[in-house]
Amino acid sequence: MDAILLQILNGLDKGSAYALIALGLTLIFGTLGVVNFAHGALFMIGAFCSVTLQKILTISTISIDETQKDFLGRPLEVKTPIMENWFGPEIGGLIIDWSVPLAILFAIPVMLVIGYVMERGLIKHFYKRPHADQILVTFGLAIVLQEVIKYFYGANPIPTPAPDAFRGSFDFGALLGLDTALAYPYWRLVYFAFSAVIIGAVFAFLQFTTFGMVVRAGMADRETVGLLGIDIDRRFTIMFGIAAAVAGLAGVMYAPINSPNYHMGMDFLVLSFVVVVVGGMGSLPGAVLAGFMLGILESFASMNEIKAILPGIDQIIIYVVAIIILLTRPRGLMGRKGVMEE
Amino acid sequence: MFGTAKRDTALLIIVAILTLFAPFLLNPFPAGSAMAQFNAGYPDLMQRFVIFGIFAIGFNILFGLTGYLSFGHAAFLGVGSYAVVWMYKLLDYNIIWGLPLAIVISGVFALMIGFISLRRSGIYFSILTLAFAQMMFAISYSDLLGRFFGTTITNGETGLQVYRSDPQVLIDSWESVPHLLGLVEMRSTYTMRLGDWSFDFNAGYYFCAVIMLLTFYLAIRIFRSPFGMMLRAVKSNQQRMNYTGLNTRPYALAAFVISGMYAGLAGGLMAAMDPLAGAERMQWTASGEVVLMTILGGAGTLIGPVLGAGFIKYFENIFSKINDNVLHSWFAFLPDGIEDFMVVIVHPFVGKGWHLTLGLMFMLVVIFLPGGLVEGGQRIARLFRRKNARNDAPDGSKTPAE
Repeated sequence: MDAILLQILNGLDKGSAYALIALGLTLIFGTLGVVNFAHGALFMIGAFCSVTLQKILTISTISIDETQKDFLGRPLEVKTPIMENWFGPEIGGLIIDWSVPLAILFAIPVMLVIGYVMERGLIKHFYKRPHADQILVTFGLAIVLQEVIKYFYGANPIPTPAPDAFRGSFDFGALLGLDTALAYPYWRLVYFAFSAVIIGAVFAFLQFTTFGMVVRAGMADRETVGLLGIDIDRRFTIMFGIAAAVAGLAGVMYAPINSPNYHMGMDFLVLSFVVVVVGGMGSLPGAVLAGFMLGILESFASMNEIKAILPGIDQIIIYVVAIIILLTRPRGLMGRKGVMEE
Repeated sequence: MFGTAKRDTALLIIVAILTLFAPFLLNPFPAGSAMAQFNAGYPDLMQRFVIFGIFAIGFNILFGLTGYLSFGHAAFLGVGSYAVVWMYKLLDYNIIWGLPLAIVISGVFALMIGFISLRRSGIYFSILTLAFAQMMFAISYSDLLGRFFGTTITNGETGLQVYRSDPQVLIDSWESVPHLLGLVEMRSTYTMRLGDWSFDFNAGYYFCAVIMLLTFYLAIRIFRSPFGMMLRAVKSNQQRMNYTGLNTRPYALAAFVISGMYAGLAGGLMAAMDPLAGAERMQWTASGEVVLMTILGGAGTLIGPVLGAGFIKYFENIFSKINDNVLHSWFAFLPDGIEDFMVVIVHPFVGKGWHLTLGLMFMLVVIFLPGGLVEGGQRIARLFRRKNARNDAPDGSKTPAE
C-alpha cells in the first residue's frame, strides 16, 4: 500500500511537468493548428529564467575584510551580494533565497513576449504550409534557442536551489498513520500544487472569461468566428503567448528538481509529444490527464519489483503505451472527432 | 545506358566522376598552406560524406517521394552498425558477412515499425516513428534486451566492440582491422605527393563510394519506375488514390522498408570503417540530422540528399575547427578595434557554436527555399536564362512566343 502511494507521489512531479508542457502544446495545436517542436525549448528557457534571476540577485561586491585572515595571513575577500547591501542582510538574504519563486514574476512577461514574437515573427508564415514544414522550422528554431542558451550559460547543468524552507522532506507515513516513513521532498509537493493552480487557471480563463469563450469558439470554427467580425488571429496570437508562458512557468519551478541544462527541453519535448498524442491532439483535458497518467505509470515501472521481472521497462513504458493507444484509439484518450484525421 | 534516361545517365556519370576523383577535388590547397584547413580530402571525412550520402538517399526515397516525414530513421542506422559488429565478434573481421546482414535486419525492423506507424499519417506518423526510435535508443543505451536475456546485446553505454575473448570462429588468431575478403584493409591509405599537395586514397572510402554509386543508381531506377510514380501519387493526393480503389499502404510500406535498408547499410558501413557501434547513433537528434541533410539539399530530387549530406558534413568539420586565432587572422586587415568586434560577432557561430549556424541555416532554408540547394541552383539558372532571353529578345527570332 505505502509502496504504491510512494510511486503515485513520485509520479506526480514528472507528471505535472508533462501535463503543463503538453497543455501548452495542445493549446497551440488546438488554436493555431501548428505543431510546435520548439515547445521544449520554451520550457528550457523558463528554467533558465530561474537561473538568470538567481545570478542577477547574487551579483556581489567584493570587499576586503581586515579582521579575517586566511591561512597565509592575508586579509580575506568577502563577497556581499548587492541585495544584502541594499535591503540589509535579513531581507536581502531572503530575496536571494526565494529567487526561484520570484522568477515566476520575472518569467511571465519574458515568456509572453517570446511567445508573441515567435508567433508573429515566424509561425504566422507557416499556417498555410504543410505540417512537415511547421515541424521542420520549429525544430530548427529549437536547435537555435538551445544553442543560444548553451552559448551564454555553458553546457553544464546549473544547480538552482529551492528556498530553504522547502528543502526538507515531508513524511507522508506519519500523516497517514503508516508504520514506514514515506519521505517526500517539500518542493515536489509545491511543484504539484503550483501546476494544479496553473492548469486550473488556464481552464478557468478559457471557461469563464469572454476572451476564453471567443478562443474556444475559434477552436471549434475559426472561419465563422472571423465572419462575425472578431479578430480571431490576434486572440490566437495571445493564446500562443499564454501557452509559451505555461511552458516557461513549468520550467521555472522545475529548476530546483533537476538542475537546468541546455538540452533539458529536448528531453521533455519528445515525451510531451507522446503525452499530447495519447491524450488526443487538441484536447486540453486529455493532455492533462495523459500527462499525469504517464508520469505515474513511469514511476510505477521504475519500482524494483517490476524491474526485476522486466529490466528497464521504466524507460520504454511510455512509448509502449503510446504505441498501443495510437493503434487502438487513434484519436487518443479524449480526442475530438475530426481533429487531425485524414 | 543502364536502362536510364539520358539525363539520369549523365547525372550518374557526373556523380561517379566526382566521387572517384574526390581525393583530388577535396584537397585543392597545398598541405602546409594557410588554406589547408579548408581541405576535406582526408579519409575519415570522405567516408562520412559517402556514408551519410547513402543514408540521405534512402531517407529521400521515403520523405521525398511519399511525403511521410519519419523522425526515427537513425534507429535503423544503429541496427545496421550493431549487426556488422556482431558479425565481427562471431565470425571474423571480414565486412562481407556483416553488410548483407545489416541490410536484412534493418529491413525487418523497418517492416515492423513501418507496418505499425503507417497506419497513421501526417504528424502522427512523425511522432510514432520518433517514439519507436526513442524506444530503440533506450533499449540499446541500457542494453535492456541483453539484461532481459541475461547476456549483452548492445553493451549499453560503452558501445559494442570486439574483444579478444570473442569467438571469431572463422579465424585462429585475433585481428584488429576490418577488411574485405582478406584482400584489402579498410584503413589502408595510399598517400600521393605532388609537390606541395598530398592526396589520400583510402580503401574504405572507395569501397563506400562504390556502394554509394550503386545505391544512387538504384535510387534513380526507383525514382523513374512506375513504383516511384505511385509513391509520388501518394504524396500529392492519397485520398484520391484511395477513392480510385487503390490501397496505398503497401507502396508506402515498401518505400519505408527500402529507406530503412538504406539506413541499415549506411550504419553497417560506419561500423565497417570503424569497428564500433554505439547507441548515440540512434538518438533522435541523429534522425533530425538526416532530415536536415535531405531538406537542405532538396527533398524529392535525386542529387539533393547527397549534396545536403556533403554540405552539412563539410561545414560541420570546417566550422567546428575555426577558433578565435583563425578568426583574428581572417580579420587582420581591419583596424584593431573593428577586428576584435568582428571576432566577437562571429565567435558564437563557429567552433563549438557550429550547431547554432546549422540551426539558423536550416530555418532559413525551410522558410525561403523549401526546395533546398537544388531549388536554389535552379532559381539562379533560371535567372541567367531569363537574362539571356531578354538579351536575345530584340532579334525576335530566337525566342518563340510561349
